[in-house]
Amino acid sequence: MTDHHSDIDSVTGKSTTGHEWDGIKELNTPLPRWWVISFYLTIVWAVAYWIVYPAWPLISSNTTGLFGYSSRADVAVELANLEKIRGDKMAALGKASLADIEKDPALLALARAKGKTVFGDNCAPCHGSGGAGAKGYPNLNDDDWLWGGTLDQIMQTIQFGARSGHAKAHEGQMLAFGKDGVLKADEIVTVANYVRSLAGLPTRKGFDAAKGEKIFAENCVACHGDGGQGNPSMGAPNLTDKIWLYGSDEAALIETISQGRAGVMPAWEGRLDPATIKAMAVYVHSLGGGK
Amino acid sequence: MNKTVNPKDLTLDDDNGPLYAARKKVYPQSVSGTFRRIKWGLMAFCLGVYYFLPFVRWNRGLGAPSQAVLIDLPNSRFYFFFIELWPQEVYYFTGLLIVAAVALFLMNSLGGRIWCGYLCPQTVWTDLFYAVERLIEGDRRERMKKDKSSDPMKLERISEIVLKHSIWLLIAWWTGGAWVLYFNDAPTLVKELVTFQAPMIAYIWIGILTATTYVLAGFMREQVCTYMCPWPRIQAALTDEWALNVTYRYDRGEKRTSVKKAAELRALGEQVGDCVDCYQCVAVCPTGIDIRNGPQMECIQCGLCIDACDNVMTKIGRPKRLIGYDNDINIQRRQEGKAPIYRIVRPRTIVYSAIIAAIGGFMIYTLATRSLLDVNVLHDRNPVAVKLSDGSIRNAYTVRLLNKSGYDRVIAIDANGPANATIHVIGVDSVTPDRPMIVIPRDSTSELRLLVTAPAENNTEKSVPVRFHVTDIGLGEVASATDNFVSP
Repeated sequence: MTDHHSDIDSVTGKSTTGHEWDGIKELNTPLPRWWVISFYLTIVWAVAYWIVYPAWPLISSNTTGLFGYSSRADVAVELANLEKIRGDKMAALGKASLADIEKDPALLALARAKGKTVFGDNCAPCHGSGGAGAKGYPNLNDDDWLWGGTLDQIMQTIQFGARSGHAKAHEGQMLAFGKDGVLKADEIVTVANYVRSLAGLPTRKGFDAAKGEKIFAENCVACHGDGGQGNPSMGAPNLTDKIWLYGSDEAALIETISQGRAGVMPAWEGRLDPATIKAMAVYVHSLGGGK
Repeated sequence: MNKTVNPKDLTLDDDNGPLYAARKKVYPQSVSGTFRRIKWGLMAFCLGVYYFLPFVRWNRGLGAPSQAVLIDLPNSRFYFFFIELWPQEVYYFTGLLIVAAVALFLMNSLGGRIWCGYLCPQTVWTDLFYAVERLIEGDRRERMKKDKSSDPMKLERISEIVLKHSIWLLIAWWTGGAWVLYFNDAPTLVKELVTFQAPMIAYIWIGILTATTYVLAGFMREQVCTYMCPWPRIQAALTDEWALNVTYRYDRGEKRTSVKKAAELRALGEQVGDCVDCYQCVAVCPTGIDIRNGPQMECIQCGLCIDACDNVMTKIGRPKRLIGYDNDINIQRRQEGKAPIYRIVRPRTIVYSAIIAAIGGFMIYTLATRSLLDVNVLHDRNPVAVKLSDGSIRNAYTVRLLNKSGYDRVIAIDANGPANATIHVIGVDSVTPDRPMIVIPRDSTSELRLLVTAPAENNTEKSVPVRFHVTDIGLGEVASATDNFVSP
């Protein structure tokens, strides 16, 4: 054993801590006092922090601290402040007409920004984050609209929905001609091919166009119109264009004619405030498909 | 081998004290000389710039801030005389930081820690605080005597202490105050501060910086350099044998003797050193070290010991620069009796200078040639392409136009991409439908939604490049951006 009291390093002339590893001794280089005090203060600070702020998890909750601080409450306050800051602008949006909003760059930017976030929260699950849609869920970027693509028509669809149960909702549906026994299987195949011919798509070999036209005139014209150009007041799609909500191949058409279609768009009145619905209409219209 | 140690056995130099050391207060003595004059000059320059720069005006026209140097955080703009930087150009600050770091390396390879000794804010403010202390409480001896005195405090002594701290706080307060002036129009803010109309955050920052200046320059002093600052450790790894460091020439100074004895011995023709052990170099040192012990981490190389020693050497009629800026090579060469050599131009300094010149030159070039009109384009991702009812293909883009100039511009947008394509900007009904036009207010950005539609038959390729041109129809300035037109 070494006598530590006399353990002075011969090179530096300083005392050592007495620790030695493989012949290397540790010099005793004390920390400055202020440094040590600062270190203890940080420990005191940490303990005070546990007491003052919510910190420790309990079985079903947590310690709440001394002043009832919670970050959730902070967020609520900040959101309320934000609403207050945006209050004037949203009021202006609520007052302006749809057409005026599209003409005013500032209001348009506000409506698009507001619309985009609300769209992401409410509409994206069905229509996709950019409104690209999917089978059965219309693409909002194209220029084909079941219930009309003007600003007012879009707003009406958002407000009341389609087949949503709302009193003012769009009604009308594609009947199930096969399931209900209105048309026989071979008639359905014929009329499906006839519909494909309306859109300029190739048809099955040996299909009877005259018979198809006759079936179409008897069963489909009432909604889809004479030439199959559709009717937005009934939500009857245009059958002559290149856009098909449920697919344009023969099998898809046979399924549509046999089983019918009745997609539902929920009504957003009551769930979103009027200014927000207006912003949404402008946003959807400005996606590029609006008329 | 690791030995079991009884904590009781752990000792300091001569007592069973705790494992920390109380600070040994430093009482630097006043000194005059070349390096002291350089330090005064640099202090006056640095503080002058720092305290008064916010009040320098610069005319940028109506509506724009007229402060020469302004960091406008609410509007995300940085103004530096004729330069205005946008958040997109924050890389200029990155470049500036790199240049600053390499400049520090260059300084180090030329003159050791000259940054620490002359320019570091910690040094500058500590030096200023010492000057105040000296003015009020007297020089080294007096201050030591006053601190040691155990007499009950006299009114005179109390008033001295109060006066010293008041002036320190005043300087610290002005230091914090000057800082916030860089973030707001200085004359307006001063008026607001005086009438208590200024935003809370201004008072908070002044409070923080007043406190840090007061504590760091008034109390922490050399401890900041020794314990807090990483630079002493880094620079030790960056230095080389050619760097000039404050050095005691022990070959000339040793052996130390008194003036009288030295004269006697010299008369007998014996070899004696020039150092007379007067401790002047220690007395003036702001970090409280003895430079004669060789290079030390605590040494900030401020050169005050050189001045102190030179004064003594002049008095006793010996040549100056017993302590001076010297390099490691010369210490070796003097021992061998060779003449000292100094080399400023060497690979290390050339590389550092080249890096500074390259980055600085590149920054100046890009700054001089940058466009005040810019366009960024972002392609819609969902969907990337839309088929319209007539079969044509449409792509949508978010276009951001930046007008960095001080005037409103009328901008025309063209798209050069797929054959027979038409473009449309949402919300813009242009007189020329194929060439939408829009006004961008000065010093602002506009975000637009732009649609490019192309007939299907012309576009069999999956993706064709599309180039967007924005033209200032008044000045003809053009900016462009390239993206792709995608078919489903």
